[in-house]
Order: sequence, then C-alpha cells, then structure tokens
Amino acid sequence: MTKDGGMGRWTINWGNWMQDRVRWSMLVLGVAVLGAAWIAFSAAPASATTSGHIPSPREGFQAPSFALNNPAGETTRLEDLRGQVVVLNFWASWCPPCKAEMPDLEAAYKANRDEGLVILGINSTFQDSPEAALSFADAQGVTFPILLDRTGEVSRQYLVRALPTTFFIDRQGIILRVVVGGPMSEATLTSTVRNLLEAAR
Amino acid sequence: MLPILQLGPLAIQLPGLLLLLGVWVGVTLAERESPKHGVQPAQLNHLVFLGLVAGLIGARLGYAVRYADVYLSSPLSLLALTPVTLAPIDGAAVGLIACLIYGQRQELPLWASLDSLTPGLAAVMVALGFAHLASGDAFGAPASLPWAVNLWGAARHPSQVYEILAAGAILALALRLGGKMQFPGMAFLVFTALTAGARLFLEAFRGDSVIVLNGVRQAQLGALILLLLALAGLHLRARSDMSLSKQNMSAEEQQRRKTIGLSD
Repeated sequence: MTKDGGMGRWTINWGNWMQDRVRWSMLVLGVAVLGAAWIAFSAAPASATTSGHIPSPREGFQAPSFALNNPAGETTRLEDLRGQVVVLNFWASWCPPCKAEMPDLEAAYKANRDEGLVILGINSTFQDSPEAALSFADAQGVTFPILLDRTGEVSRQYLVRALPTTFFIDRQGIILRVVVGGPMSEATLTSTVRNLLEAAR
Repeated sequence: MLPILQLGPLAIQLPGLLLLLGVWVGVTLAERESPKHGVQPAQLNHLVFLGLVAGLIGARLGYAVRYADVYLSSPLSLLALTPVTLAPIDGAAVGLIACLIYGQRQELPLWASLDSLTPGLAAVMVALGFAHLASGDAFGAPASLPWAVNLWGAARHPSQVYEILAAGAILALALRLGGKMQFPGMAFLVFTALTAGARLFLEAFRGDSVIVLNGVRQAQLGALILLLLALAGLHLRARSDMSLSKQNMSAEEQQRRKTIGLSD
C-alpha cells in the first residue's frame, strides 16, 4: 500500500500484490473456504426448487388446469389428460401465422396421436367468433380438438400476449417449452414433440 | 415482467431486443476501450461480429444435428427465427473457435483483446439482467420480505434486480479501472472473478437452481471454480508480466537494483 502524494489517497499496488505467491495463495484459499461455506449454507433440497410444484404458465412449472368446451358443448379438462403429452396451441381465425402453422400441427397430431400426443387448439373466441373459428378449422382440415375460450379466462391464465402461442406439456403435466409467436417451423414442432414423447418412455 | 412489447400489430419479444441493445452498447464500449490496449477498433468489431454470426449458425446446426431426419425433410426450418431450436453450448463453442481462428490470423494479442472486450462484456451482463427481468426468467426463491415481488404464483426475491445491480456495479468498475490495469489480462480476469463471485453469492436467492449432490446448487459450484481459476490466472499473468519486465530490464539497471538491495 502506498500513499498517493498529490491526492493524499492510499492506493494499493494490486500488480505487486498478485505477484506475491504466499499472499495470493492465502487469498485464494480464503475465497475457496468462504465460497464453499456459502454453498453449504445456501444448499437447498431438490424439493425446494419451484419446478413442477406451482401452477404457472412457464417452462418448468405445472401447467395451470382449466376446463373448456368444444363447439359441440363437450368439456375437456387438462387434468384428465395427465399421462399424455399435450400441446396447447392458442390461435385465432384472423391470425395469419396461426393459419400457417395449422397444417404442421395437424401432421404432427396424425403422426403421433397413437404414441400419446394430444393437441388442443384453443381458439381465442373472446377476440374471435365461434363461427369463424369453426369455419377456419374446417377449411384447414383439422382433426384435433378445438376448444373455445369465450371469456378469455384461459388466455389470461396462460399469460398469452401474442398469437399463436404454443405450450408443450409432458406426461407429468409440467410445461417443457413455450413458443411465443409463429409460425412455428415444422422442425421446431416435430423435434419438441419427439423430445417429449421419448423422454416419457 | 413484460415479455412482449405490443407496438400496433407488431409483437416484439422484449428480452431479445434488450439483449441486442446490450450487444450494441457492448460493441461500442469495446471499440472505445480497444485503443487503450493497443488493439484496432475495426479488428475488434470484426471479431465480435464473426463470433456472434458463427455462434448463431453453430447453435442452429448443433440443434439440427440432433434431429437430422427432421431437418433433412424440411431444410428451410434451419432458417426459422424460433430461439428454442438453438443449442446454446454448441453455439458458444463454435463462436469461440471462430474468434480464436480470426484472432490468430489477424495476430491479435489475446490478453489485450480480452481486456478491450471487458467493458462490453460487462454491459452485456447488465442487459442480460434486464432481459431476465422482462421475461421473468432467472426468478427468485419464495420469500417473505418487504421488497419481495409477486411472480409465477408466489412472492419471491427480486433476483433479476439483484442481478442488474451486481452487473451494473461491475460495469461501473470496468469503465473506471479499464485503462489503469497493471498488466495485460488484468481487466478481463478481474471482471471474470467479480462476475463469478456475484453469481456464487446471488444464486442462493434463485428459485430455479439446478440442484445436484444432495442440495448443492450447480451454478454455485461452476461459479466458485471459475472464480478460483480467474484468481489463479491473475497470479500467473502478474508473474509472467514481472518476468517479461525483468527480461526487458537493461543489465545496467539490474546491477543498480542489486547494488541497492532491491529484491523481486
């Protein structure tokens, strides 16, 4: 440590300090001990992490449960689909990227439904109309279930801020991936679905 | 938390935008810093650009290799804008290799170049904190504190704010001390040590830690190892600089120092 004559401040010559093997080794050792102690102090059991325990619309969390009707009035509950890989696709008939990714969703559904894949097309009916949604699904030749979010409650629950938004949920009900916006490429969809189906085997 | 910025019909992903802004500020700062370390700003600019582009291509190809049949049947998907189909570790490795090859071809001094990049890297770390704040990633552990924030269904530590404050302090230090470092590599290694130290400390307040070995947070282990490596690096660089200075010292000066009893 030296005194800076002009300014009258004490300054440390760190370069010299670092060159000193003994002093620097002691510092490194001190840091290692303190660091290890902090790691031990802040250790947490695996169950302390929030993943999978709290329902929330983000990766690593339990998918919030909901019940929605299809246009025929039949109810689908997410909880009833536990044990299957579920893809939730939020869409609207006026949204061009939603239209663009529908054929890939349909192809993925046809190719993997026997393996345990369920795709739920959740129409943002509160921003759309049931007639427009049905006519759109019909024109696209969709065979997976279409559900109507008439009040927007499920869209709000899933914090949907852009259409389309797609949630990939594993067999335990945990959200593995969220894709905001679109259209999703075929490869994104296929690789993520395959990852989920293979992980659960 | 504001993951999507809606500007009329445009839905902009704010975290990505903040990171891009961070890279832009980072490159500007690095260019300003580079003359202090004897590195040409243009060379540094090319290095960063090449590293980013190669990293992006590497990340997408790394992901595509894992699902080769999918991408062979739909090769245009390689150009998809979706960030979820990127393999970050593969991208980082490819970007780093590209930078090393470019640096070697251009004969860029390694440590001086890293020192030049340091304020830029520190700025990117601040932007990363803001990106986490916008997306809600890197969230805190549940806490009952007056300053806890409500996020993902619980009152939590505002871990993203802690991250921004720590990164901001490191950036301020990097800007203040950048040109006053005593040997090449010191700025970069000090930045690495401080960043690793901050992660080691702040990881304790995170709610998304990966837990290994009976409760140990994986990121803390990595941060402690990096911190110790950076400290060891500082010692080795300081000693290497000292031996170089000695070699450069004239025989007459060495004799004078010996006579008056100055040791190493």
